[in-house]
Amino acid sequence: MSQPVLTFTDRGIYCPAGDFHIDPWRPVDRALITHGHADHARPGHAAYLATDGALPVIRHRLGEIAAEGIAYGEARQIGGARVSFHPAGHLPGSAQIRVEVDGQVWVVSGDYKVVDDGLSEPFEPVPCHAFISECTFGLPVFTWPSQKDVAAEINAWWAANAAEGRTSMLGAYSLGKAQRLMSMLEPQGPILTHGAVEATNAVLRAQGYPLPETIQVTPDTDVKALKGALVIAPPSTLGSTWARKFGPASTGFASGWMRLRGIRRRRGMDRGFVISDHADWPGLQEVIKSTGAESIYVTHGYTEIFSRWLNQQGYDAAIIPTEFGGEDDAEGGTAS
Amino acid sequence: MKRFARLFTEIDQTTKTTVKTKALADYFTQAPEADKLWCIALFSGRRPKRAVTTTNLREWAAERAGIPLWLLEESYPIVGDLAETIALVLPPPAQASDHSLSHWINALRGLHDVSLDERKPRILNAWDQLDTTERFLFNKLITGGFRIGVSRKLMTRALAQATGQDEAVLAHKLMGGWTPETTSYHALIEAEDPAADQSRPYPFYLAYQLDEAPVTLGAPEDWQAEWKWDGIRGQLILREQAHHVWSRGEELMTDRFPEFARAADFLPPGTVLDGEIVAWEGTQPMPFSALQPRIGRKTVPKKLLREAPVILLAYDLLEENGADLRDVPLSTRRARLDALLADLPSDAPVRASPVVPFADWYALAVTRAKARDFRAEGLMLKRRDSPYLSGRKKGDWWKWKLDPLTVDAVMIYAQQGHGRRANLFTDFTFAVWQGNELVPFTKAYSGLTDKEFDAITAWVRKNTQQRFGPVRQVRPEHVFEIAFEGIQPSPRHKSGLALRFPRMSRWRHDKTPQDANTLDDLRALLAAYG
Ligand SMILES: [Zn+2]
Ligand SMILES: [Zn+2]
Repeated sequence: MSQPVLTFTDRGIYCPAGDFHIDPWRPVDRALITHGHADHARPGHAAYLATDGALPVIRHRLGEIAAEGIAYGEARQIGGARVSFHPAGHLPGSAQIRVEVDGQVWVVSGDYKVVDDGLSEPFEPVPCHAFISECTFGLPVFTWPSQKDVAAEINAWWAANAAEGRTSMLGAYSLGKAQRLMSMLEPQGPILTHGAVEATNAVLRAQGYPLPETIQVTPDTDVKALKGALVIAPPSTLGSTWARKFGPASTGFASGWMRLRGIRRRRGMDRGFVISDHADWPGLQEVIKSTGAESIYVTHGYTEIFSRWLNQQGYDAAIIPTEFGGEDDAEGGTAS
Repeated sequence: MKRFARLFTEIDQTTKTTVKTKALADYFTQAPEADKLWCIALFSGRRPKRAVTTTNLREWAAERAGIPLWLLEESYPIVGDLAETIALVLPPPAQASDHSLSHWINALRGLHDVSLDERKPRILNAWDQLDTTERFLFNKLITGGFRIGVSRKLMTRALAQATGQDEAVLAHKLMGGWTPETTSYHALIEAEDPAADQSRPYPFYLAYQLDEAPVTLGAPEDWQAEWKWDGIRGQLILREQAHHVWSRGEELMTDRFPEFARAADFLPPGTVLDGEIVAWEGTQPMPFSALQPRIGRKTVPKKLLREAPVILLAYDLLEENGADLRDVPLSTRRARLDALLADLPSDAPVRASPVVPFADWYALAVTRAKARDFRAEGLMLKRRDSPYLSGRKKGDWWKWKLDPLTVDAVMIYAQQGHGRRANLFTDFTFAVWQGNELVPFTKAYSGLTDKEFDAITAWVRKNTQQRFGPVRQVRPEHVFEIAFEGIQPSPRHKSGLALRFPRMSRWRHDKTPQDANTLDDLRALLAAYG
């Protein structure tokens, strides 16, 4: 075989044939971005390419950038490489990136989940020779309950709080998880949002993603008048003075990490809801199998354990280093 | 099991004591008697006798989950709890059931009567009928360590709410050597006569640490001072023709300390003494390290009995002539204790722990500084007019310990914590210098703030040099002040010594590894205090 389609450098994943990087962590000339989360879309690149769905949020987060949008499935020739973006199901606009060079196809998964959350474009498996997969939750202890069950659980919590005059404070990342939650719940009262969440809402609404009505909390908001409210806010704000104005409240955190009791308790919230925008253990197996790839590169998460497992399953698996190897496998990193 | 799982979930998802108490009280009101009894037993540290090893459990769970054993083993330190790890990897239950808590406990007890081959299908069958939370609890029944934020005190309070009985009376009823196998809910809780069990100890009164100057306690003449001994807190009970020795952890230690059989030669039946069991060398206690070999042993070799004979340094009289004295003021109890022990021969296994006289707080501080010369770790301060309360209650009893010993040491290994602290690095190994080599000498787990644990965790992830299973060797860069209560020789350790109650008292950002102490410094401490 000739040169590999993608190589791994100290700036991130690199395609020599097309002279571009994918989700690089240091400034490069040309960056292909899977989605708008901060560990994937970083500032400082000379040119960005992302899906039309992901680009507005990326612009919102990074400000003035030289960026171009691309539709899902649209093929584009960049030097000697043919690239296309395919739904990853992680959040609205998120993509896997397919790179083909001389008939060899490699796919970079970015972050992905298999279940249809009703808001993001559902995951599509992309056949390939080599698959670069995240494995944030690559341990057999991580299996997710159905979205329907978790929604029922959160609805019941919200309803019980409302009945007892408590505000429900739900911690969720402001891009992706927050919108998924608000669109999957059965309203038991008004939905209030933190400014960071509402800013993302505005961007997504302008793109035509259907989100329920929300009220942004400002210093003028009369929170006492909004009985039985659910507040969706970044987790870090829940313990802050900002959260105190809501009076008696019950706190909850929505994340895949809530599957583990130790982490749930350490978070110090009243409730932990197990819901993630990453694939769970069965999801990872299913996707990897469906790509038909023989070579699997793993990144983001329990890479050592997961690659060992894949090797035992007959794949040719290896770990690719990430600069922030510690971030996603630490609880409360960007992964959710 | 669903009712018990619901109770567990309610307790687990709140930090509010009132909510926990209410959930437990509801359980004690609604659950069947056999379940109530087991619930009380579990929350007071009792559990069914283990019928399956954790090795078996791991193998069976991995097989059932369709994963290799190593994968389960790798997941365990990340989850932080074996019972939970197993509950999480198993496939969803295929059968629905709602048997009671005691049904499953009886199923576990029944395993003792069948062969190992028969145990496996029974465990698998149980797993297949229980949801994730129920499985976790079921596994906990096997592996033990039922710590879910319910103290015995909280459980007793909930039981008091549910039954309308007085909390202190209930606390006394729950003491002693009962198990759900030997009693019933009715006999234990509802029956009138708490003295039915002649071996039953009184709930121990526990002191708080005095963090402020003693002058904040008020007039010195209201207080009695005693040495704080470094031994095992114990109650010696003489009733009818028998004697019983209980530890504070409610372990019956009568056979472990045969010296106390002679107590009946000197003291009348109907006597209960509270005090400290220490190894004794004629005029003063031996260091704790002399007592230590006796703690783990159920039967004591003659040689050890000769080398480290124990006595009770008694400081309180809880029962005299069969009468409960706990409501009598300490000054009176003390006078009666002294009278009772006054004429005992010097070879009796009981002595009065002396009252330390003092004129004012300053003079007492001077005395306290000499505690190590008396083989004491500080002073106890007790209010003269106080009754003997139960449990840890603020106000009447204070321990005023000496400042701990400290050394500065370099962190060389790190390991993730368990339970609440899983996914954080909280368990560290520390080293001191011997020439150019760093020699490990202690581990420590506690003492840092949550913020500091977060910071050191991030650092460990980036500075791991090598992994040995769950243990990471890290760059020797950070210096911590290690505080400890005592030091003793230990041939098992490379350093030749071991610390008592080591903890990280300070993260010395201001020091480099070169500034850390040496093994010779530690040996000097060993010579002085060991
Ligand atoms: Zn992401
Ligand atoms: Zn990510």
